[in-house]
Amino acid sequence: MGERNHFKTHIRPQTEWFEVDLGEIFRYKDLIFLFFKRNYVTRYKQTILGPLWLIFNPLITVLLYSLVFGNIAGLSTDGAPRLVFYLCSNAIWTFFATSLTQTAGTFTTNAALMGKVYFPRLVMPISSVLTGMIDLVIQVMMLIVIMIGYTLSGNTFRIGPQLLLVFPLVLQTGMLGLGCGIIIAAMTTKYRDLAVLVSFGVQLWMYASPVVYTTSAMPEQYRNIYMFNPMAPIITCWRNVIIGTGELPIGYWGISWVITVLILFAGVIMFNRVEKTFMDTV
Amino acid sequence: MSDIAIKIENLKKQYHLGAIGGRTLNAELQSWWARKRGKEDPNLQIGKSAHAANETFWALKGINLEIKKGEAIGIIGANGAGKSTLLKILSRVTAPTEGDIWIDGRVSSMLEVGTGFHGELTGRENIYMNGAILGMTKKEVDQKMEDIIEFSECRQFIDTPVKRYSSGMYVKLAFAVAAHLDAEIMIMDEVLAVGDIKFQQKCLGKMGDASQSEGKTVLYVSHNMATVRGLCTRCIVLKEGQVTFDGAVDDAISRYLDNISIFRNEFDFSSIKRTAQENQKILLKSFRFKDRTKPFFTYGERLSAEVKIKSFIDTTNLSIRMTIFYEDNTPVSTCYTSGCIEVRKNIEITVAFCVDTSILAPGRYYADIILWEFNDSAAHIRYDAVKSEIKFVVEEEKEFNHGFEWGHSVWGHIVLPEIVIKSVY
Repeated sequence: MGERNHFKTHIRPQTEWFEVDLGEIFRYKDLIFLFFKRNYVTRYKQTILGPLWLIFNPLITVLLYSLVFGNIAGLSTDGAPRLVFYLCSNAIWTFFATSLTQTAGTFTTNAALMGKVYFPRLVMPISSVLTGMIDLVIQVMMLIVIMIGYTLSGNTFRIGPQLLLVFPLVLQTGMLGLGCGIIIAAMTTKYRDLAVLVSFGVQLWMYASPVVYTTSAMPEQYRNIYMFNPMAPIITCWRNVIIGTGELPIGYWGISWVITVLILFAGVIMFNRVEKTFMDTV
Repeated sequence: MSDIAIKIENLKKQYHLGAIGGRTLNAELQSWWARKRGKEDPNLQIGKSAHAANETFWALKGINLEIKKGEAIGIIGANGAGKSTLLKILSRVTAPTEGDIWIDGRVSSMLEVGTGFHGELTGRENIYMNGAILGMTKKEVDQKMEDIIEFSECRQFIDTPVKRYSSGMYVKLAFAVAAHLDAEIMIMDEVLAVGDIKFQQKCLGKMGDASQSEGKTVLYVSHNMATVRGLCTRCIVLKEGQVTFDGAVDDAISRYLDNISIFRNEFDFSSIKRTAQENQKILLKSFRFKDRTKPFFTYGERLSAEVKIKSFIDTTNLSIRMTIFYEDNTPVSTCYTSGCIEVRKNIEITVAFCVDTSILAPGRYYADIILWEFNDSAAHIRYDAVKSEIKFVVEEEKEFNHGFEWGHSVWGHIVLPEIVIKSVY
């Protein structure tokens, strides 16, 4: 091999089990940014309201949640104002859900492009997750505005160093969404069933996570099983950190991190297995 | 530093035939469960063994190749010879089944123009986008932006969404981006088949510069032999997944054209079906181009040939007529014998003749050949006719038409002698 070291690229049939050239992905950072920009710019082209949809969408969802789960079903929000509670949960959940669904379609929606030109395939799902982050940021800003409104009318919210935990939480959610998404993306190249399943599955997952209800609503004896859903500790922590309700289950959160890393790792391996030959089967 | 840009060793690519990926998870589980229990797979077609269901096809059967830096390589071959598969593997769109490839340098592949263009984005935004997909950083694109816009001839529309572009502008913009990429190796798959002639020339010129003065390695796949000849310094012929020739461009092209069975030099008419129009009292037996082994003529050459005729009657008035068609079935012209040929009953004769085809423009032609006579009562008797059998190619010289390809659809098929200027006032 020695004399061939100067060859920069070596194309081989079988790939290693774990082979991610992070340096290469970094070299394509401009492409990640451009895909991100493209996803964002083209989303609301030729719509009347344009980016305003970014505000209306969560607003309508949250109002509906308040009406259905708050007023009609009468679910507890641990004392937090309903609008604040649902907007807070919805923000992190939507980020996870869009990351997952957008990533899951990586191969099937971009087959035409990927069939013609090489670039590190992971660039695509990474930029999808970044696009989802825009929605998250906007929802968090809406949340801040609403919280200021509530503060002016007498409610108090805790502001302190715990707010810094927001960053690892967002990072973890993105990683988890990416991980689950690329597992599904890898499998949809062979089984299209999963593409149908994914939107339905995400819906189910939402009810298995404390989005529209509090974590404490889950009976104590099921708590251990329930918290194995990596999204459950994330949302619980997220709400505690931002609006101060509920608890901060550090232990469960640690397990959730382990699961997240494992899922992402498994996802990258599976993605690796298919990315080089999926063009022949897709 | 070695001077080898691409080294391919024993490259093979296998495809599975039949329905792949079309199976659902359910069917896959059924099959798996059946195999586990040692039962017959319920999803196999009846009468097919498990082996037959996995039929495979080798698109590439062991390619070995070394390409030096700065070479412009043409890859030619019939459809299905594996050209596109090879380029796909080289541009890392799909992985090989066996074998190794070492590539020294950045590869820019244009298997299709306008890859990754998004209709909603403007021309300028798409240049950034396409550049990034092809591996350029934003800074590199910025440096080349002016050149790209200039080359694309789309300056006026550069800030308009490309969905409003005409297809020609779209292609020009796409080529401009790829042509300005700072890659050491450029891979092109017949992308020049689009755009007007002027732009094609410009692209070829740019590609030629890239390989000759900038030392880039160019891999070019095309069915257009004129462009291969104009651009490449070395040429590879692929046939059924194997390299059958590797060497000089002209040799490769004639080797490739030889492989196409329709280009024979001798034609045997004994098994050709005749229509009821011919009375077949005199028959055309065979036809052969003289002085060559393949029916290739250079522009300006005359066509000389021999035809064997077998007669079952006596006549002195036999004539030969020949109608030449362009390959797209447009008649070009007709010629006939001036004198008459005498034939005797049951004797086979050979007629050698010459046709002045020097004004036929370079291209592919075929000819009908007809035996007929005017009898005493001035009636037209048709003895025999063989249609669309005789095929031949008129090739251009280097200097022909200032190097431009002859546009048959707009200029016709005949090149009249040069205009003679009598005087200029």
